[in-house]
Amino acid sequence: MRTILFLIQKEFLQIFRNKGMIPIIFAVPIVQLVIIVHAATFELKNVNLYVVDNDRTTTSRSIIHQFEGSHFFSLSGFSFNYSDGEESLRRNSSDAVLCIPRGFEKKLVEGQSTGFQMVVNAINGSAGGLINGYTVSMVNEFNRGLSSGRANFTLTKPKFIDLTYSFWYNPELNYTTFMVPGILVILVTVISLLLSGMNIVKEKEIGTIEQINVSPIRKYQFITGKLVPTLIIALFELSFGLVIGKIFFNIPLEGNLLLLFLSAFIYILVILGMGLMVSTFANTQQQAMFVSFFFMIVFLLMSGLFTSVENMPQWAQTLNQINPVAHFIRIIRMILLKGSGFQDIQNNLAYLLGLAFLSLSLAIRRYRKTV
Amino acid sequence: MQDQAVIIRQVSKSYGNTRALRDISFQVGKGELFGLIGPDGAGKTSLFRILTTLLLPDQGSVTIEGYDVVKQYRKIRNLAGYMPGRFSLYQDLSVEENLKFFATIFGTTIKENYHLIRDIYVQIEPFKDRLAGKLSGGMKQKLALCCCLVHKPAILVLDEPTTGVDAISRKEFWEMLGRLKAEGITILVSTPYMDEASLCDRIALIEKGSIMAIDRPENISGSFSKPIWAVRSREMYPLLIDLRQYPGVEKVYLFGQYIHLTLGNEGQEPGRMKKFLEDKGHEEVEIKVITPGIEDSFIELMSQQKRHE
Repeated sequence: MRTILFLIQKEFLQIFRNKGMIPIIFAVPIVQLVIIVHAATFELKNVNLYVVDNDRTTTSRSIIHQFEGSHFFSLSGFSFNYSDGEESLRRNSSDAVLCIPRGFEKKLVEGQSTGFQMVVNAINGSAGGLINGYTVSMVNEFNRGLSSGRANFTLTKPKFIDLTYSFWYNPELNYTTFMVPGILVILVTVISLLLSGMNIVKEKEIGTIEQINVSPIRKYQFITGKLVPTLIIALFELSFGLVIGKIFFNIPLEGNLLLLFLSAFIYILVILGMGLMVSTFANTQQQAMFVSFFFMIVFLLMSGLFTSVENMPQWAQTLNQINPVAHFIRIIRMILLKGSGFQDIQNNLAYLLGLAFLSLSLAIRRYRKTV
Repeated sequence: MQDQAVIIRQVSKSYGNTRALRDISFQVGKGELFGLIGPDGAGKTSLFRILTTLLLPDQGSVTIEGYDVVKQYRKIRNLAGYMPGRFSLYQDLSVEENLKFFATIFGTTIKENYHLIRDIYVQIEPFKDRLAGKLSGGMKQKLALCCCLVHKPAILVLDEPTTGVDAISRKEFWEMLGRLKAEGITILVSTPYMDEASLCDRIALIEKGSIMAIDRPENISGSFSKPIWAVRSREMYPLLIDLRQYPGVEKVYLFGQYIHLTLGNEGQEPGRMKKFLEDKGHEEVEIKVITPGIEDSFIELMSQQKRHE
């Protein structure tokens, strides 16, 4: 026990003596939360719309006004020539081109069906889809105005199905509320995976592992001494991130924080086991870094952090059953946003616990003192 | 066999197709200062890694103080001190913290065995708060030795401890080894420097994974069959070329400031050689017959081995 405590003390001494380490521990959460949460948003605002109006009538103008009036679109240019619109799309100065054909109003008045064209830059597929959605809802609204205008003549009241929404758990559809817990997961994952893996590989690189291997120190003592400091730092990062989230974004803390930290503890053990595993294979910090990043990127992108897991193909959803990051993101969002209790997350938690046991025991088995 | 600290029996080790150690057997007595002498890549480090339980031999067995290195490795880790070729200290820990760390992982404290390291430690004590990364090479060496000694090992295995250390520090280091030997610690040391061999009780010459000779240093140099002639003049390279043509010459090689050569039965008079060289236009010719050193024996043994192959 004395040996383990001493090892932990030595690790902390080295971490805090490393001049780069303190800024990293404090700066990373702030930068990730404040910058990424604000910048990486799927909410669509300020779509630059280029208008090509070949009709030049009251109706066409009222359509254009309707687009202008919505806070999603802002007019980036106006022309009577379609190729100007295309050119503007190509130069990236517009995101979409609205093209109203000649005779648009005439056809409407005559009671014929007509339409206009919306050309959308869909390099970013989801943004393209969103623009399409907005346009459709705009046209629907316009249609409604048209028919109600005509109702005066027909004397029949048109009937519509009215839809009323109620958004639960995130009533304002606030993107930051959704993102902050996810960013906290990234934070905890990066810190625990890199610190644990790098640490043992560093001993290999500078050669001190030889001395440790010839000493009578036991495997579990050495590994505990390596993992406990990382665990403490990762849990500290989580609390620090939660405080920043509360202060800057006022994220809801609905559930039991103790339960959250218990889940985080188990999750960090899983990640530490993986980091340890990487360090038994890698001989240099560079190798360890690349392997860790490979797994981390796959896990993070699959996890439902940015894109909803439910929208993924079936095989990807099945694959996600083994992704620890996906489980933890679900847990942290449920606890923070929904206020879920132990019963709601026990399956995820049980899986993480099993995985922690598996990855740690495999890693310890693989770590050999004899070459 | 109680007086043997290390018994090595027919140890072999291969890395793929490379045979690092071939059928090595020897014994080291308790309290002996034993030197393993050989060029880089001869297999010294592999043998030491087997002794310190870091490497498993393919064949053969090794016992240290009666314990088997494979089956009772845990015992050996308590009683052996190992200083690898690139002994590493934690650069970001201070002198004292490093020492304390190594004491702790061996389950002891600095105080407990302070008498053993005192002589060495007092030299670095003024810098005990300095980070190990900022020490000079000789200081690092001393600290490394302290770290190996702090758990009072019965046997000390030092892999090329003086490689890359300046001449004065090397001399000091060997003096320290002498004092440790007086404490009754068995010491195995490897070195590529032949001049250090004469400071050992016994030496083994190792080359390409085989032991060529094991004996006391003076016996190894004494076993050299022929007298050595040392020759020098103002221009060494033409001298080397010309000496190769001297009648009866067997081996000619550069050795420091001299050229060493052995002769057959012919041409055994210094006067005749001097005249031969002066006729070739050499100036300031100096010729003497010397007793062969370890390095001469080593070169002799190596060329014998080549002839066998």
